[in-house]
Amino acid sequence: MTSQVSSPAEQADEAVVGEQRKPAGTKDVRRLDRVIIRFAGDSGDGMQLTGDRFTSETASFGNDLSTLPNFPAEIRAPAGTLPGVSSFQLHFADHDILTPGDAPNVLVAMNPAALKANIGDLPRGAEIIVNTDEFTRRAMQKVGYDSSPLEDGSLDGYSLHPVPLTTLTVEALKEFDLTRKEAERSKNMFALGLLSWMYHRPTEGTEKFLKSKFAKKPDIAAANIAAFRAGWNFGETTEDFAVSYEVAPAAKAFPVGTYRNISGNLALSYGLVAASRQADLPLFLGSYPITPASDILHELSKHKNFGVRTFQAEDEIAGIGAALGAAFGGSLAVTTTSGPGVALKSETIGLAVSLELPLLVIDIQRGGPSTGLPTKTEQADLLQAMFGRNGEAPVPIVAPRTPADCFDAALEAARIALTYRTPVMLLSDGYLANGSEPWRIPELDELPDLTTQFAQGPNHTLEDGTEVFWPYKRDPQTLARPWAIPGTPGLEHRIGGIEKEDGTGNISYAPANHDFMVRTRQAKIDGIEVPDLEVDDPHEAKTLVLGWGSTYGPITAAVRRLRNAGESIAQAHLRHLNPFPSNLGVVLGRYEKVVIPEMNLGQLATLVRAKYLVDAHSYNQVNGMPFKAEQLAKALKEAIDA
Amino acid sequence: MPETSAEGTGTIEALSLVPKAEARQSMKDFKSDQEVRWCPGCGDYAILAAVQGFMPELGLAKENIVFVSGIGCSSRFPYYMNTYGMHSIHGRAPAIATGLATSRRDLSVWVVTGDGDALSIGGNHLIHALRRNVNLKILLFNNRIYGLTKGQYSPTSEVGKITKSTPMGSLDAPFNPVSLAIGAEASFVARTVDSDRKHLTQVLREAAAHKGTALIEIYQNCNIFNDGAFEVLKDKQQAEEAVIRLEHGQPIRFGTDDGSRGVVRDAQTGDLKVVTVTPENESQILIHDAHSASPTTAFALSRLADPDTLHHTPIGVFRSVDRPVYDTQMADQLDSAIEQNGKGDLAALLAGGDTWTVVG
Repeated sequence: MTSQVSSPAEQADEAVVGEQRKPAGTKDVRRLDRVIIRFAGDSGDGMQLTGDRFTSETASFGNDLSTLPNFPAEIRAPAGTLPGVSSFQLHFADHDILTPGDAPNVLVAMNPAALKANIGDLPRGAEIIVNTDEFTRRAMQKVGYDSSPLEDGSLDGYSLHPVPLTTLTVEALKEFDLTRKEAERSKNMFALGLLSWMYHRPTEGTEKFLKSKFAKKPDIAAANIAAFRAGWNFGETTEDFAVSYEVAPAAKAFPVGTYRNISGNLALSYGLVAASRQADLPLFLGSYPITPASDILHELSKHKNFGVRTFQAEDEIAGIGAALGAAFGGSLAVTTTSGPGVALKSETIGLAVSLELPLLVIDIQRGGPSTGLPTKTEQADLLQAMFGRNGEAPVPIVAPRTPADCFDAALEAARIALTYRTPVMLLSDGYLANGSEPWRIPELDELPDLTTQFAQGPNHTLEDGTEVFWPYKRDPQTLARPWAIPGTPGLEHRIGGIEKEDGTGNISYAPANHDFMVRTRQAKIDGIEVPDLEVDDPHEAKTLVLGWGSTYGPITAAVRRLRNAGESIAQAHLRHLNPFPSNLGVVLGRYEKVVIPEMNLGQLATLVRAKYLVDAHSYNQVNGMPFKAEQLAKALKEAIDA
Repeated sequence: MPETSAEGTGTIEALSLVPKAEARQSMKDFKSDQEVRWCPGCGDYAILAAVQGFMPELGLAKENIVFVSGIGCSSRFPYYMNTYGMHSIHGRAPAIATGLATSRRDLSVWVVTGDGDALSIGGNHLIHALRRNVNLKILLFNNRIYGLTKGQYSPTSEVGKITKSTPMGSLDAPFNPVSLAIGAEASFVARTVDSDRKHLTQVLREAAAHKGTALIEIYQNCNIFNDGAFEVLKDKQQAEEAVIRLEHGQPIRFGTDDGSRGVVRDAQTGDLKVVTVTPENESQILIHDAHSASPTTAFALSRLADPDTLHHTPIGVFRSVDRPVYDTQMADQLDSAIEQNGKGDLAALLAGGDTWTVVG
């Protein structure tokens, strides 16, 4: 943590702070330490692309950043309606930041619906750039504006920039041989150009991107670049934008190294490719498309030159079935899905528990139950991951805490699966999957060694001296059974979902054997070595906040706020949900109060209370969005004071 | 006729990637040490013996042979084969075998399944395995009943069947597995009978030589819950009217006196029908073409049988055509990805995209 982190900046979402005037040319340039921008428009307006591009520009400039894409499940929701609004929030700073930010300093609203849907999140004084062309009477009435908010004074508390984005874009592209409709489509690039000017973003990356994206349609590429430049020039020349802003690179916040911006699903995909290399096993992905996990299937499909096999199955069950078949054959096998898919895969996960084969089950959690909120985030699959199978079927659970951390979490899940010959659940979520942040690219020699040994020969001697292979004879240390893959002479064996005799693996219905096998499978998972839980407690606090998964950013931001305000609070964050770190009980016992914030109704709290008999207090939010730091800080303060 | 010999499979292209056995094998090499636990008199014994007896003919290293099954009586099969094996969960064997076969092309992968396993709970996986044409050999034991759960009707049971779950008769129209497979774009579809070891072995031989997915429906007697279901095909006298033996390139004739009956195409409807062969119509008897690119006639043949009486039941290979094999194509894509982009370089992958450097 750097000293900048403890600056009041993190506390004050109300306004852009830390300004330093710096004259430049004819316009003022102000220096900010951080900014939160939200782009909002119709789901067909290209807001996600705009946000992505601004993020790339920001990443290459060297700011720390955190993003929050937020979009409807419909591909093209009815135009101009509130449910159709798609937005992309980006928080960037000259110092280390943890969340996409609570409240935007700047809102770009491409239509009345986007303004209406987002205005409630804006603090007074925030800048609003609206596309006035879309503020027709009809469009405003559609979302319930009786009078124009641009004229009726309701936005007086904000710094409003009315810009006819559509008209300006069409005007800028009049030299091109485009229909009006085609030209209008570039208005997001005009907006991007304007914002890029406002925040001194480097522009080469976006121009390069547009050239390659529209390589087959050079006219469209040129039009988009022209719109982008026109937006930039508009900022430079028009009097309405008197000030531009600089946010310096966050060089001091980062350890030495080479960085890139990365989303959770991309980091996870790379983690799987890296695990395959580190294990020296071919990667096999069996998957069925599901939001928000499909990007991993798309990404891995691009890397066949790494020996990666991707299999788009006929359903979720076949996705994991094929993966399990590949695991039997000696691949590093993976299936990717979201909550509803986990439900369908449950029986096969149980089979993998029984077969004791390595298998990664990646659950990018989303709002539930049932179809729920496909594009929104939630952490409500923890108990499903933990218990959602028939019989005693324990499965290790690993959870990443930030988008970039998905890389390390994938490697850790692979380590456990390969070492202990077990399916492992990795619980990411929609927020981590689509959100992004800078990532220090690791050197290959920093990656863990995951090499594993297949069984090569007999492992047991019968009383008569015969050497035999017993597929369920365990490693005394890990309790893992041998992984004997087809093609290995002399080790031919049959395994299945019926209870097996200890050692031989033959079918056994013997009561004592079943009791022993159930306990042994549990003992194997309980005995998985996981690192101790680290506690951040500089002031010997009485209250501990315990989290898991993607709440890391908001919880840490909230803890910083509280400490800056003079409060004492300890923080710990779980990567391993099953088994828990062995020191968790001791850690919990050290605190008078334990608070567990979760984006569910208290699932980790349930586990902790059951296992450690601790009166953990649950703080919950299930609105499809990550916690806001301010709100969490308030809740934690109440817990401290209670 | 497939090119096989007792010496091995050197000429079988479909198995060219599977290592050969070093020594000559016998049936007992394929018997595991496990006690076979089907009901005495079950048709599964005959199928097991036929498969164990056929395997040495392939001459494959037995460690490179895998049997994968689902759930049901037939799915105990892998336990009795001294190869690698997996007894998985209900209906999922084709999916599991697909993952294994596509990731390990040096294996000969067999799926053993039943009418409930393959056509009810696992129907989806079956049709998709068939359309993909993964290199799998699927043995579908059809006894037209649920045996392991003690006698409920199955998706191949005849309409009106009285069972424990249908005391007033079943209402479901049955699937015809051969029709289903042909409809699902299967490249190899055959039918045989448990008790006819010679015919069963010949069908296995042709299936083994096939590149891609082969589906073999094996009529199998459940002597406990559906005894005699296929008696009409087994009783020598009745079989003459009931069984139509398909042989590629041969006229489709059956019945007494070396083929008094035959299959012709109805000139009006284009459909197939059974006629008594006369000197006048003899030239119109259909010649069986298992390799026909169009599945139309194979499908029509699959519809000849009466689902209730089983009269006019064709057995043999309905369809056997060359079609791109999924696992081969998947491997080809991996190879061409390396050709186009070079072998994957992890460091370069991780460092791709826009990067920036922080110095101390």
